Amino acid sequence: MSSPLLEVKNLKQHFRINRRFTTKAVDGISFTVERGQTFGLVGESGSGKSTTGRSIIRLYTPTSGEIFFDGHLISGHLNAATRRLVRSNIQMVFQDPMASLNPRKTVLETVSEGLMNLHPELTAVERKVKVCRVLEQVGLSADFVNRYPHQFSGGQRQRIGLARALIMEPQLIIADEPISALDVSIQAQVVNLLKRIQKDLGITMIFIAHDLSMVRYISDRIGVMHLGHIVEIGDRNEIFAHPIHPYTISLLSAIPQPNPILEKKRRSLGYLYRQSGIDYTLGEYHKVSSTHEVLATSLEFEKWSAGDYTDTLSESHNVDSLKTESV
Amino acid sequence: MVRYIGQRISIAVVTVFLILLLLFLMLELMPGTPFNDERLTDQQRDVIMEKYGLDRPILERFFKYMQLMLKGDFGISYTLNKNMPVSFMLGQRVGVTMSLGLQAVLLGLAIGMVLGIISALKHGTWLDSAMSMIAVAGVSVPSYVFALFSLYVFAFLLRWFPIRYNPSAPGLSGVLPVISLSMFTIATVARFLRSEMLEVLGSEYILLSRAKGLRESAVISRHGIRNSLIPVVTVVGPLVVNLMTGSLVVEKIFAIPGLGGLFVQAITVNDYNVVIAISFIYSVMFVLVMLAVDILYSVIDPRIRLSKGGPA
Amino acid sequence: MESKRVLSIRDLEISFKTTDALVRAIRGVRLDLFQGETLAIVGESGSGKSVSVKAIMGILSSNGSIDAGKILYTDPETGEEFSIVDMSQREIRSKISGQRIAMIFQDPMTSLDPTMTIGKQIMEGMRYHYQVPVQEARRKAQELLELVGIDNSAKRMKQYPNQLSGGMRQRVVIAIALACDPQILICDEPTTALDVTVQSKILELIQSIQKEKNLSVIYITHDLGVVAKVADYVAVMYAGRIIEKGSVEEVFYDPRHPYTWGLLSSIPDLNLEEEELYSIPGNPINLALPFQGDPFAPRNRYALNIDFEQEPPLFSAGGKHRVASWLMDPRSPKVERPASLERRLKEMREEIGRNE
Repeated sequence: MSSPLLEVKNLKQHFRINRRFTTKAVDGISFTVERGQTFGLVGESGSGKSTTGRSIIRLYTPTSGEIFFDGHLISGHLNAATRRLVRSNIQMVFQDPMASLNPRKTVLETVSEGLMNLHPELTAVERKVKVCRVLEQVGLSADFVNRYPHQFSGGQRQRIGLARALIMEPQLIIADEPISALDVSIQAQVVNLLKRIQKDLGITMIFIAHDLSMVRYISDRIGVMHLGHIVEIGDRNEIFAHPIHPYTISLLSAIPQPNPILEKKRRSLGYLYRQSGIDYTLGEYHKVSSTHEVLATSLEFEKWSAGDYTDTLSESHNVDSLKTESV
Repeated sequence: MVRYIGQRISIAVVTVFLILLLLFLMLELMPGTPFNDERLTDQQRDVIMEKYGLDRPILERFFKYMQLMLKGDFGISYTLNKNMPVSFMLGQRVGVTMSLGLQAVLLGLAIGMVLGIISALKHGTWLDSAMSMIAVAGVSVPSYVFALFSLYVFAFLLRWFPIRYNPSAPGLSGVLPVISLSMFTIATVARFLRSEMLEVLGSEYILLSRAKGLRESAVISRHGIRNSLIPVVTVVGPLVVNLMTGSLVVEKIFAIPGLGGLFVQAITVNDYNVVIAISFIYSVMFVLVMLAVDILYSVIDPRIRLSKGGPA
Repeated sequence: MESKRVLSIRDLEISFKTTDALVRAIRGVRLDLFQGETLAIVGESGSGKSVSVKAIMGILSSNGSIDAGKILYTDPETGEEFSIVDMSQREIRSKISGQRIAMIFQDPMTSLDPTMTIGKQIMEGMRYHYQVPVQEARRKAQELLELVGIDNSAKRMKQYPNQLSGGMRQRVVIAIALACDPQILICDEPTTALDVTVQSKILELIQSIQKEKNLSVIYITHDLGVVAKVADYVAVMYAGRIIEKGSVEEVFYDPRHPYTWGLLSSIPDLNLEEEELYSIPGNPINLALPFQGDPFAPRNRYALNIDFEQEPPLFSAGGKHRVASWLMDPRSPKVERPASLERRLKEMREEIGRNE
């Protein structure tokens, strides 16, 4: 069993807004991703999931903690070698296919840009060959090389974004909400593509999303984030079959099902974070099984394992309880 | 918000200090003295230097200089009007320049806004293109060219306006100078407002206000214009500067007894005190305008006013 | 109690003049809405789902025009009838929009004027249309804030949109829509930009208000989970036409159109293990280009020859269920639903049984 490709230990990413106020976007998270696996990072807005992805790929400098990629420390100061390591082996696919492509560059220019930076020894012809090959891999015709982004649909643009990442032959792809901005049927296309590419090329992936049903479909392991902390982490089936943390339960209960008779009766469970007084900094990771952990104090863990969620979950079926603290 | 204004005022004060410092240093570093009359012997020169305190150590002179400048005592004119207090020389002229400048700003804003709004609303039509042409002309053609042209055509040929500016009867004789000065402002404000409005009119809250059933004119006046003005306010500061510099030549053309003409004269004869004094006045005017713009900004845009506190 | 019909749309056709071509965005739509009912219009980008409601509200963009058809709004209390296609946009806005029919949009971040207080934005409609005096309008606005579940209403009235979270802003948008006591509420993707936990709360909020005030609601969405939760009736649109419609049970438990099959199959099922998600191949059609036959045919693996020549009419599948597919024609070969979908439907039925 080889070592994990990515190890994150107690990562913190804080942003200083002004003298009085620091945003703790990520406040001490740890997880590992094995080679060839997909790790799904789930959370809502403000959870810190996107920030995590960006810290790993070094778009930010981590405030503290350690990130090990393939055994190398990449969270501290980067020298030329580690920087090159990060840039050629970790790639990102972004959320908004409209905004993440330079509208003034052709597909060829956009997709080959990484090659030009990191492999200057390649000639223009060699680059073009690679671009055409990777376009075919993502299901686009090689004829598209000279077109501009505005000539494509959302799903096609997302494929271009993926091509841009794949051409670098990365070991790790971080997909930051890659399908949220797409139509439902196109989402399925892109997700299938991601899965196929991963299988064919053996790429490890971190899939960041807020859509739990898609995350379940594509991930091997899942981490649930809330306000900068991972509150629950485990194998996909365990998280869905035996969620322990009240936030995970409330997220799962909010997933809409296309089953009208049931869906009309279902009431989502609200996570009463402020009311409950839960303090993530006081919690520790308790093992539910060898592959499943929950962030909780000992008391909380006891209560939740026994199914006691008073003061932490609510039944929201009348207007009064619809009045929530921050939402 | 108070904190924001306080910050801005401190910055303004520091800026004025730096201006004074810079002017002083420029003065020190300039070669020559005001007393270049060859008939003076060295001895006589020394006496005069001592008289004007020009031989004291630099730091002492700087502090004395700051004190006096801030009091409005700009010394006396050495060459233009020997021994006349500079403040007196400026006194009458400041009023003229300020009043013309203010009129030009207001006229520029008013007409510029109207043109900008019309262009945005009639975007794509010939009216829009016509306005754009006017705007390009206004920005490209220097104010003194306008001044000369209008002087020649409207004052000389058509005799609609008097040729020379008359400070005691500023009304009619001020029209051409003010218009010439304001052309750049009109054009810039129009272009800015037009592009802002086009963007604002495409936003979702405008669509929502239409869906609320508001008439188009209400949509534009209540929601469109206010949101478009914010970036225009940003541009006002630099526009005022432009007016100040433009006035130098325009004043000459219309023979306006303002600061600009005096400034040019003083430079040519090395009348340091006058030059320093006018530079100082211009700089302080600019700082005050920028301060006013910053404060106005925070008043108009609640996002700036409230952003420091974080979400409720 | 007889339910009154509030909205009737017949043979609606809308086109847009673009620099390249004339785009026929709506090509014959027929819909009914009754008092107290919820209709969901489902479709993806380019289906035209938003366009029809914009026509009802009088906010079609200036290059759009209603070419044919009827939109009839009947006030359930007074019985007054309005033929919307015969009214100018100005007339629609002065009599209907915001007053009898109100709309909320997708992104609460951009739906509110950033430089106006919340209170003023809620009060605006009331003061503009009904000249409600300021004091009364303020009181009513505060009540509305409470109704949509926002605490500290007095304080919130004076705040600006950027001081509120996304979920709260959407509640404000709902409050604005309700300000003039409309009878129909149109929600254009009201939850797409919101977090999942907030989504269900907002939907439940709209449902409870709907019940209290006996409103009719139209949802425009591409999220089938939302449809399942809120809708009584569904209309699935593709390329400017309704290709399947009926009660929500008819369409979800007995879908007949291959596009609907594709949509339903595209959602990962939490209960079943799947190797690959079924996805509809290809991209939505570009309506600026001419086409022949059924615009869905190129992406339809069940397309018959006739699909490429003639567009199918609406066939009845019993009850209120209508399907625009040649597969429904008695002369066409029998086609089964895809196996994975059939499994899913079976699983859904069993789950209902388990939950009784």
